[in-house]
Amino acid sequence: MTDLAQAVVNGVLIGAVFALVAVGLTLIYGVMDIVNFAHGEMLMLGMYSSFFAWSLFGLDPLVSLPLTGAAIAVTGALMYYGVIGPVLGKSPLAQIIATFGVQVFLRGLAQFLWTPDTRTVTGPWADDLRIRVAGVVIGGPQLIMAAGALVTTLAVAMFMNRTRTGGAIRAAGEDPTAAALMGIDTRRMYALAWMIAGAATGVAGGLVMNAYSASPTAGVTFVLLAFVVVALGGFGSIAGAAVAGLLVGLAQGVVGLYAPGYTLAAALALYLLVVLVRPQGLLGTR
Amino acid sequence: MQHYEGKKSVRRQQSIALLMSAALVLTGCGSTSGGSGDRPDDVRIAGLWPLSGSNATQGNDVLHGAELAVEIVNGVHTDVALPLAAEAGLPGLDGARLTLVTGDTQGKPEVGASEVDRLVNGGGITAVVGSYQSGVTLTASQRAERFGIPFVNGESSSTALTERGLKWFFRTGPSDETFATTMFDYLDWRKQQGDQVRSVGILHTNDQYGNDGTAVTRKLAAARGLPVTAEVSFEPTAADLGSQVTQLRAKAPDVLFVMAYTDAAIKLMKTFQQLDYHPPALLAYGAGFSDPAFLTGSGALADGSSSRAAWSAEIADTRPAGKRVAELFQQKYNAPMTENSARSFTAILALAQAINEAKSTKPDAVRSALAALKVPADQLIMPWDGITFDAKGQNTQARGVVQQLADGKYRVVFPAAYATTKPVWPMREAGRK
Repeated sequence: MTDLAQAVVNGVLIGAVFALVAVGLTLIYGVMDIVNFAHGEMLMLGMYSSFFAWSLFGLDPLVSLPLTGAAIAVTGALMYYGVIGPVLGKSPLAQIIATFGVQVFLRGLAQFLWTPDTRTVTGPWADDLRIRVAGVVIGGPQLIMAAGALVTTLAVAMFMNRTRTGGAIRAAGEDPTAAALMGIDTRRMYALAWMIAGAATGVAGGLVMNAYSASPTAGVTFVLLAFVVVALGGFGSIAGAAVAGLLVGLAQGVVGLYAPGYTLAAALALYLLVVLVRPQGLLGTR
Repeated sequence: MQHYEGKKSVRRQQSIALLMSAALVLTGCGSTSGGSGDRPDDVRIAGLWPLSGSNATQGNDVLHGAELAVEIVNGVHTDVALPLAAEAGLPGLDGARLTLVTGDTQGKPEVGASEVDRLVNGGGITAVVGSYQSGVTLTASQRAERFGIPFVNGESSSTALTERGLKWFFRTGPSDETFATTMFDYLDWRKQQGDQVRSVGILHTNDQYGNDGTAVTRKLAAARGLPVTAEVSFEPTAADLGSQVTQLRAKAPDVLFVMAYTDAAIKLMKTFQQLDYHPPALLAYGAGFSDPAFLTGSGALADGSSSRAAWSAEIADTRPAGKRVAELFQQKYNAPMTENSARSFTAILALAQAINEAKSTKPDAVRSALAALKVPADQLIMPWDGITFDAKGQNTQARGVVQQLADGKYRVVFPAAYATTKPVWPMREAGRK
């Protein structure tokens, strides 16, 4: 029973991180109908930013969160203006190949600049924290990653739904022509969406450095599940991504206890089950 | 009409140029190293390793070991007490040089096989070496078998590789069965010394290497009368090992065997600490546990872990040429030689000796020479009894040692002949001063 409780706790905590990683992906899709295949690489760059802030300036991953967020927000803007902007409104295949090209490029660049070595932040502050409730142990890094992920996800959702700028971004996504007629600069809104997605992903990268190692392929671990989470929650829905992230984490945690080799299968099976009943995903509208 | 003809020939020239550049791109992907240029009598060896992707660190390290062996064979190194070192090139082939042509497997089995196609079809390849991960070695060596070209492996340990009845496959290094036997001998010894060894747990990555290692561990545990109370696997790219560790914590085996690559190995050490689980003894099947990035990445958390090894710097010092080779490696690459680079170094050197004795670059002749090869122990940088291949292509004289980590350094603890320190059991004491 303690083991099951432990597995549920593990699952929910990692699920929150899945949710945050998926937020950037679902935001871009919701606004621009573009699947960003370089999303995992944005996460990877966030992880490296956090690592270098620690190794060069001695900043704990928690302290450098605003920096990693800002760094990847800038990366997002660069990606939009450099690559995505020119293929906007072109064939979907061109957009897919463009983001895929960015993925290959960034991964190669990381290996070229920083070698394929695995980089780890040793002894982050979060390591000192450990909570024990009735035999269930909650590790500090897990707790802090999950809390940070939930706060950031909530912040992005609030921004998109409660602020005028967020509304403008959504408007530009739903009907660019009408939005432009209302005086909204749609291109600027798109760039802003990329920056918000980048900031969320950068913060996620900084958070996961409390427990994970950076390497050129580090994004792969999370991004496959992020795609599942986005589809499961409903394409474009931030709340959906949050719910789906927690569900996928929970499924992986519990299944991992009984059939540890089938955690990925569990996540995908959950997705299949949901789309059989609700093809648009849990909270999707289309 | 004249005008039309002209246009046509321009178009033809353009398409020829296009074809030629495509051919250049297709054949020019690999890089060559070693040798003093493509002299006609150069012996071309194809080396396939994961030079990009998640195992690229180890792949490049293994490549460096191979490059150093090629350099020692090609150059004049009177200070290195190894065969073929003192004279330039291969004396059996009038001083011909080795040329290493490399291919990147990206750590993917299918890419490994297609890289064999690409390099062998490029022509002039005498033998293939590689490919670090057992799963990639499996497919790549099958492809070489079809071409009828010798495949010499130094770094993969999956037992199944030499159980396939291949005619062209040779492994210089120990198989997991050899390693497992050493580790179980170690456990028997600990039991005699009064440590508690009553049950075994296995945690493994769900791939060729992990599954084969598990099968061998199960087999030997049964033979020694030790029950396997937990067998837990994880996806190679799993984001979280919490559930797996929770399960191990519940079953609490006395000894935990681990098969994991670098990323998972670091994650595992962190998860142990977070979930407050500490097995009394952890014995790893190398891989991630042999990677310097694992030592820096997990820091003190990994203290007390043990791993099997085919080589260590300490052992190198006990061999006539071992120390000098390790020094040359450090000078050339500004990084310490590792078990992996020592293994690929040894594979290349054994292959070079076979080619030299074959006095031919023909695959047939090289295969026969490999099958007949006999390298004595004192001509190796490894702690082995020598190199002699059996009918399956396995070197029957390869051996392993058990080493334990304390204060960020591996020290040999078993067998007694190579031990430099006493083991710490339970492992948690190792980190506490």
